[in-house]
Amino acid sequence: MSLSESLRSVTSGARSVSRLGEALAKQSRSVRWSFGAICILALYLLPWWPNVPVLGWIVETPGTSFPSVLTDQVVIFVLVALGLNVVVGLAGLLDLGYVGFYAVGAYTVAILSSQHANLPWLLCMPIAVLVSMLAGVILGTPTLRLRGDYLAIVTLGFGEIIRITANNMHWLGDSRGISNIATPPSIGPLKFGVLDAKPYYFLGFTTILIVIFLLRRLENSRVGRSWNAIREDEDAAELMGVDTFKFKLWAFAIGAAIGGLAGSLYAGKVQFINPNNFPLQLSILFLAAVVLGGAGNMWGAVVGGALVAWMPERFRGFADKRVFVFGVALVLVMVFRPQGLIPRKIRKERWLESWKPSSGTALGSKE
Amino acid sequence: MSDNLLELDHVTMQFGGVTALDDVTFAIRRGEILGLIGPNGAGKTTCFNVMTGVYAATSGGVHFDGTSLAGLKRFQITKRGIARTFQNIRLFPDMTAIENVMVGADANHRTSVGGALLGLPRHHREEAEGRNMAMELLTFMGIADRAGDAARNLPYGYQRRLEIARALATKPQLLCLDEPAAGFTPAEKVELMDLIRKIRAQGYTVLLIEHDMSLVMGVTDRIVVLDFGKVIATGTPSEVQDNPAVVAAYLGVPDDDA
Repeated sequence: MSLSESLRSVTSGARSVSRLGEALAKQSRSVRWSFGAICILALYLLPWWPNVPVLGWIVETPGTSFPSVLTDQVVIFVLVALGLNVVVGLAGLLDLGYVGFYAVGAYTVAILSSQHANLPWLLCMPIAVLVSMLAGVILGTPTLRLRGDYLAIVTLGFGEIIRITANNMHWLGDSRGISNIATPPSIGPLKFGVLDAKPYYFLGFTTILIVIFLLRRLENSRVGRSWNAIREDEDAAELMGVDTFKFKLWAFAIGAAIGGLAGSLYAGKVQFINPNNFPLQLSILFLAAVVLGGAGNMWGAVVGGALVAWMPERFRGFADKRVFVFGVALVLVMVFRPQGLIPRKIRKERWLESWKPSSGTALGSKE
Repeated sequence: MSDNLLELDHVTMQFGGVTALDDVTFAIRRGEILGLIGPNGAGKTTCFNVMTGVYAATSGGVHFDGTSLAGLKRFQITKRGIARTFQNIRLFPDMTAIENVMVGADANHRTSVGGALLGLPRHHREEAEGRNMAMELLTFMGIADRAGDAARNLPYGYQRRLEIARALATKPQLLCLDEPAAGFTPAEKVELMDLIRKIRAQGYTVLLIEHDMSLVMGVTDRIVVLDFGKVIATGTPSEVQDNPAVVAAYLGVPDDDA
């Protein structure tokens, strides 16, 4: 299969996913729910996919353990893409230093569970989320007064500051990094150790489901509407009564919290981190995941994150040319699907069809 | 309570060496339709921008409903009760018509991240209220048939009216319309003027910018005429129409008179 053919299949696959979504939206609630349940079940079984004929040949990652790719790469990238999508895709703020929040999350777990204390992972994780969120607020408060390119440059600097600080501070383990990071606690048959990556995948996937559930609530509320309005026209939004600074800061904080959550999962899995795990390139890849998937569409972020994480491993067969192949693949996808694989959709207002005027009129109720 | 809803008190606005507004003083009375007219570049939109907090006046002050607006952020001014439309349409293009209006309605809502995440009753109540209000406003403006369409896909006349609906959704006391009839055919203009009268009949005070004199004459109660940043006339449409300074500003002064 030539590269262009495989790419065409990726883009047409994305198109059929979009179409499938539209077809599903027309179905009744029970059909949609059962379809969702089957998908979730199939995705929980993802670590076993390489054993399935045909499908296995497509998803397998030659030379690397597939479950490890899922936990160390795919889960992390999907979570990060979901978080970055809030900042970039919904609120329209270009953040080039997102790896900083990911690093803050990972380092918080590392410090609290190994370097300076022995707290269990389950306690470190929420602390890491809060610390990352705080980092988002601290970075956002002065910088969110900037727009566009200026914001991008400042956030770019932030990502580097975090990495260089970690590299130079003995308290943060300097360039040697921090080892013996606590793993999540074992629950019954799920043993979080070094031998089996699957429990980490189940934990990671469950986390993704929870994050999606919560983000959907935000998207379908005043908060999501304000983010969209800010992205579309910040000045007009403010003149229509949107507290733009507050909602931009919330987008930053929520994005940072999800980045930190991904970092804490990563640290708990690999148990050893050093500053080289958090290069600037990772920020770029995170952004690539969101843009490739379709900025502003949560499902796009999921697909984009998964692909950007998985493709380099899938192409390992190309040996030292794999990064080149990956780069060409990204460029071609953007040529054929400039809005991303699953572009942002105009919201469907289901309730519109059944809307009936209520007794009091909006204009009259002013008095 | 004073009769004046909004007062501009000796407002001067300078951009570098350019004086866009020069000692402008006028008031908008409750319940009236005030026309703000003047030739191109007279400072009409700048006047709007000072009132809505886009620019901070170089000197002078704006008082709304008895209190000064100085130092308030733009969204706070909107929440106080001044809403506006834009000379060049500025909708949220990728959002549906109904969502555009709901953003305006959100100005009076308080649900934030916590309430939305937990799905608190207030979130559901405010969503329902926003939807109903938005649909009623779209119906009132005569554009409810395209409520579910992206703003960018609406015809021009719909977009203009959607902007007014969005502004009304913030429940303003004062509605500022910046050339709402720009680009309309004469028939559409007449229709719009009827609509503005209907809005006033609901109890809103309206400030209308328009440089088409003939159009403003029929709908406004009073008119303020700006020229080169100065108020050159104030009065009823008929008074203003006969004012020689206004005629000169619009038609120019013959050379032998100058």
